[in-house]
Amino acid sequence: MDMELERYLRPPEYPMAPYPAKVITLATGAKMVVRQVDRDAVPTLLEAVMPTLQVARDYYDIVGARLYAELLGWARYRVKDEFCLVGQIDGLLVGIVNSRMYSPELGISLHTLAIERGLRIGAHLFASKMEHHIEYLNQDEVLITAESPIGFRRWMIEYSLIKREGQHELGGATPYGLTRELYFANKDRLVAGERPVPPELMEVAEKEIIIATEDDILEKILGAKRRILQ
Amino acid sequence: MRPVVISGVGMVPFERRDEDSLVDMLAVASLRAMDDAGLGERPVDAVYVGNMASGLFNHQVSVASSLVDRLNLMPAAADRIENGPASGGSAIKNGLLAVASGYYDVVLVAGGEKMREVIGPRATDIVACMTHPEAEYIYGVTLPAMAGMFARLYMQKYGVTREHLADVAIKNQENGLLNPYAHIQMRITKEGILTHPQAHINNPVVADPLHLYDCCPVSDGAAAVLITTPEIAKKLKKPPITIAGFGQATDTQTLQERDDPTDLKAVTIAAQKAFAMAGIKPADIDVAELHDAFTILEIAESEHAGFFKKGEGAQAVASGATKIGGKLPINPSGGLKSRGHPVGATGTAQVVELVWQLRGEAGERQVKDAANGFSLNFGGFGNNVLAFVLRREA
Repeated sequence: MDMELERYLRPPEYPMAPYPAKVITLATGAKMVVRQVDRDAVPTLLEAVMPTLQVARDYYDIVGARLYAELLGWARYRVKDEFCLVGQIDGLLVGIVNSRMYSPELGISLHTLAIERGLRIGAHLFASKMEHHIEYLNQDEVLITAESPIGFRRWMIEYSLIKREGQHELGGATPYGLTRELYFANKDRLVAGERPVPPELMEVAEKEIIIATEDDILEKILGAKRRILQ
Repeated sequence: MRPVVISGVGMVPFERRDEDSLVDMLAVASLRAMDDAGLGERPVDAVYVGNMASGLFNHQVSVASSLVDRLNLMPAAADRIENGPASGGSAIKNGLLAVASGYYDVVLVAGGEKMREVIGPRATDIVACMTHPEAEYIYGVTLPAMAGMFARLYMQKYGVTREHLADVAIKNQENGLLNPYAHIQMRITKEGILTHPQAHINNPVVADPLHLYDCCPVSDGAAAVLITTPEIAKKLKKPPITIAGFGQATDTQTLQERDDPTDLKAVTIAAQKAFAMAGIKPADIDVAELHDAFTILEIAESEHAGFFKKGEGAQAVASGATKIGGKLPINPSGGLKSRGHPVGATGTAQVVELVWQLRGEAGERQVKDAANGFSLNFGGFGNNVLAFVLRREA
């Protein structure tokens, strides 16, 4: 690699505070570890994202395709100041969220992908990335948009987000803002998690990011019984 | 009245079924019921479709005519029956009476609803159209809100707690895991929905004191039964299940006009009529499907139908008496809470489950040696209720 040219191609980086891992007890009683991953994890994460590209339901294909590109771009130093959080239950990857810093004050929420559905995993992970923007990166506001009706309901309605002028970088749909004030007003209601993560849970999560088979991922998203009984 | 039996049943899995229209689902459930019975080329005299609001949900009416055409059952008579969330039960009642009267010999009853075509708040609003337009709806009341107020009163009067409600939710979601037709296939725990300090984030308030896991999902689905005479049933494939009794009763449309809003008089009267017609008592029932659109309703209905004394339904759930394997299994299908509640389909689906139970075809959720089954379909907020007693003949 020609590093002389590469330094022009790579975006400059702000120093970013790390996200401290936490554990969330789900409705099933399962313990989901939420933690930040670095670029080394991206090839593994992409294995889980790839199957979603064939699922039109709830815009999984668009979210999957964009997330794939964003993660790849981050891993290969083509996206500025991105971070990625994952949710794992017993090591198994159940969701991914990513986001980036536009400036020290403003965050840009990118995507939320729930592989396991019906447990508010997407909502928990989205809340976690907002927590990172506001509490650990100490930003003033996060700009958010939604590609699916579910996303719109979860983010814009549940958080009562504030409509903003201009465009979100994900295609120009109306952006909404989560301010520090709004985040803290909603925190008790929407942001879950306990710290520190018990060492035995953290050890399992860090040992390996387990990816379900393609078939399992599709069944988790689409529903298994449909195939069995249709 | 001549005796009436059910010879065939069928369902489509309840879930969000984006790819299917309402009539697609009704047709598949109906074909399964006819195939289950082994009806062959024998004509169907009439078709009754239980459906609450296809005009609002799907911009389609005359669904019974559409179903007859789809199944090529012409010139069978066809009617859509609307009685809110008890439309499925009312459709079965109409089929039952038509055969019992001797006017028709073979009647197909299908119940169905496609609710996920609209967004959640719109679905809630459409369902709220069953409330009194001037006394309730205009003030913004929804069915979850009504159930919330009912639950609060019931808690105050009978000592029901949120833990009891969670017991119902956990039980029915456990049962749903055993039912491949159930919308919600997920085990939940008391820690995850109630006792953990952050359980309120997993299980937010919907209408205090009811939380998310106290409420049924919004589902698409259809179920069907084939009703006929014992004589014709003998020539068909499956052992007939007798509709031994039914009852229907109404109450004031608004809760506020009732002497005691916690007293579900229509449930009591409908159940009593059904038991009287069948010549049995609540204690003779082996398995029951109750209308648990909200967890509090399973407890209240189990008392008003006569299975437990007032104030003892919650303890019955807590003791495990209503689990599969308990003294009186309630909602082995998962109930509305887990199987789902496509409003027009529910009353029919309850009867389908009872037929499977009484035939011994309920798989992992089979109630052992079930001979008498009871279903309760709760229309409005308890203002138009249907109850059925089904019996497996020895």
